[in-house]
Amino acid sequence: MKIPYSLRMSPEMAPYVFLSPFVLLFLVFGVFPLLFSFYLAFQSWEPTSGLEAMKFVGLDNFAFALQDDWFWKSLKNTGWLAIVSGVPQHLVAIPLAYFIHSSFQGLRNVVVGAYFMPYITSTVAIAILFSSLFSTDYGLINVGLQMISHVPVLSWFMPQNPVDWLNDPDNIKPAISMIVFWRYVGFNVVLYLAALQTIPKDIYEAATMDGAGRLQQFWFITLPSLKPMIFFGVTLSVIGGLQLFEEPFILTGGRGGSDQAGMTTAIYLYRMAFDFNDFGAASAMSWLLFIVVALLTWMTNRLFRPRGPSV
Amino acid sequence: MRCWLFHSWKVLVALVLSGLALFEAQAQQIDALPRQTLTVAAYPAVDEIVKSALPLWNRLHPDVEVKVVSRQFTDHHTAMTTALSTSFYLPDVMALEVGYVGRFAQGGGLEDLSLEPYGIKSFQSHYVPYAFQQATNHKGAVVAAPSDIGPGTLLYRTDLLVKSGVSEADLTQSWDSYVAAGAKIKAATGAYLMAHARDMKDIVIRTGIKPGDGLYYDSQSNVLVTSPRFVRAFELARKVRQQKLDAKVLAWSNEWSEGFKRGTIATQMSGAWLSGHMNNWLAPSTRGLWRASQLPEHSFAAFGGTFFAIPKGVPAAHKQLAWQFIQLMTLNREVQLGAFKAQDAFPALIETYDDPFFEQPIEFLGGQKARVVWREAATHITAIAVHKQDSFADEVINTELDKVLDRGKDITVALADAQRLLKQRAYR
Repeated sequence: MKIPYSLRMSPEMAPYVFLSPFVLLFLVFGVFPLLFSFYLAFQSWEPTSGLEAMKFVGLDNFAFALQDDWFWKSLKNTGWLAIVSGVPQHLVAIPLAYFIHSSFQGLRNVVVGAYFMPYITSTVAIAILFSSLFSTDYGLINVGLQMISHVPVLSWFMPQNPVDWLNDPDNIKPAISMIVFWRYVGFNVVLYLAALQTIPKDIYEAATMDGAGRLQQFWFITLPSLKPMIFFGVTLSVIGGLQLFEEPFILTGGRGGSDQAGMTTAIYLYRMAFDFNDFGAASAMSWLLFIVVALLTWMTNRLFRPRGPSV
Repeated sequence: MRCWLFHSWKVLVALVLSGLALFEAQAQQIDALPRQTLTVAAYPAVDEIVKSALPLWNRLHPDVEVKVVSRQFTDHHTAMTTALSTSFYLPDVMALEVGYVGRFAQGGGLEDLSLEPYGIKSFQSHYVPYAFQQATNHKGAVVAAPSDIGPGTLLYRTDLLVKSGVSEADLTQSWDSYVAAGAKIKAATGAYLMAHARDMKDIVIRTGIKPGDGLYYDSQSNVLVTSPRFVRAFELARKVRQQKLDAKVLAWSNEWSEGFKRGTIATQMSGAWLSGHMNNWLAPSTRGLWRASQLPEHSFAAFGGTFFAIPKGVPAAHKQLAWQFIQLMTLNREVQLGAFKAQDAFPALIETYDDPFFEQPIEFLGGQKARVVWREAATHITAIAVHKQDSFADEVINTELDKVLDRGKDITVALADAQRLLKQRAYR
């Protein structure tokens, strides 16, 4: 069927028309909130009084945020969680990917799928499942620890009483880190597996002929070749880690836990706005967090950026 | 001949079409009858209460359809905050939980129901005094009408009390006698006196508040957390923890409900509605073992409550209807009692208090006529002035209490630390 001439799109217009769905959505849900939060960061606003209730306060919100103990506390929590859950992700994912790459042939996809599964599972489902597992008196994790504590030698390392995972400030962060690690390690394995497949086999063959063992091959061939992917993976972990929200939010009932030990900066921003009704300070804090994320990303770039003539 | 037949066929089609057009026009005429829609936003189980009042509303206002928009509790209040801030998608009537009434009353987004054409003050004597006060802000504006309330009560396991030789009077005489009774219960049965020491602190800090003062701030935004009521609340909570009388579990957690089911928690201070939850899903197997009394040391406190409000951004034509709807929900005896019977929503309408339903025994509470106890409590509760930072202050105080209980932090230092944090935000 021939389309009437009047309905035909001119070649000059076509790119704009095809781009418009994304551009429109990006403008509405990306650019507008960004600009609005920047504007809000300089306002004092009682939200339930309507938009006209905004009052310009200059840098007040930023000054308040920088003097706020809880903002610093949330930044410390976020840093702690990002390091403790993020670093092991890569330390485990790289050797694991190497092991899967070199040892699994037929079953490889099944194994990778199993590791990748937590990443594509709903965060809410995961957090609910883990809050039940972490339950002090009736959770499977404590029941397991209790059983291990009956084994003669292992009992020395096991706690005598059930561990209060989600209410004791000392335990909240490790509990959250465990979940975040478990959830994202599979994603990193997939990243590194993809990178491993791009390393030419001849290099390994040459190394084998030169008498290099598996460990030496891993250390001197695999790791340096993975550097660009490590840079990419670590950058994603830094950004994701600093924006951590869902897992601690659900595990701590949306409050951040006892002594706010599980309150990340992202949770605190949300709470400042919706629980404590201070949208101005929340916006200012979100821009301060952005500065931190940008700085750390830049530092990651400096640290892992591939250098040398090949780049 | 052929020509005539052809024409008659065309006439038939024309007749059918014109008939259809006529029918369509008539249908449009019916649709065009003045039929308005009133939107009511609510959360569970207030949505059910609203829906069950609709038959009565439809009888009174056959031309006004009510659309109930229901969301989960937190989502509902977040949506209401957003709707008020942008004046978009505002419902004509919004249900609000008491904590949010206090917060929203600070802003100017809700209609002052004390003004014309509402004139809620002429109905003031019909509402439980403290609930009406809760909806009144510091400027005297009444931003919402109370629908149900949560008079505080002490629920206790009578079987555990009998085993330990403790009477109800031992529990309620004073806070000290309550803690002493807890030690006996623990020794005799192993059960904890309460779920969390925080529960007791929450009541003690609400007793002895000066008129006009808030819980954490006075009317001039001066911080009150180093006052004797906080010191006493913290000391009592520490005593409970030192004697291992609390299960260290927070409300609505798995351990909390398991504690009720397994009989490891002997008492719980809460709103009267908790017995309904216990009966329905928290611990139905403990039916008959619980009783209700007033809170210890003649304390009276409110736990939750529902209000209805009209946003200022609602079209003027809907405001009158919205007010009529609120009147039906809050001032109609039949609706209020219906909600009480079906959803355990304790009425805010005093006129219902002479209903025989109050005198009926409650099976879950071993046939006790507990509604009479709660009715008495409702009339004794006093409203506490709300401050914008209450929700933050609540969190700070709980954090400091945790530090006292778990880390042995000195109470004076803990309250001074809280004071410093609250002072920092007093005027934000």
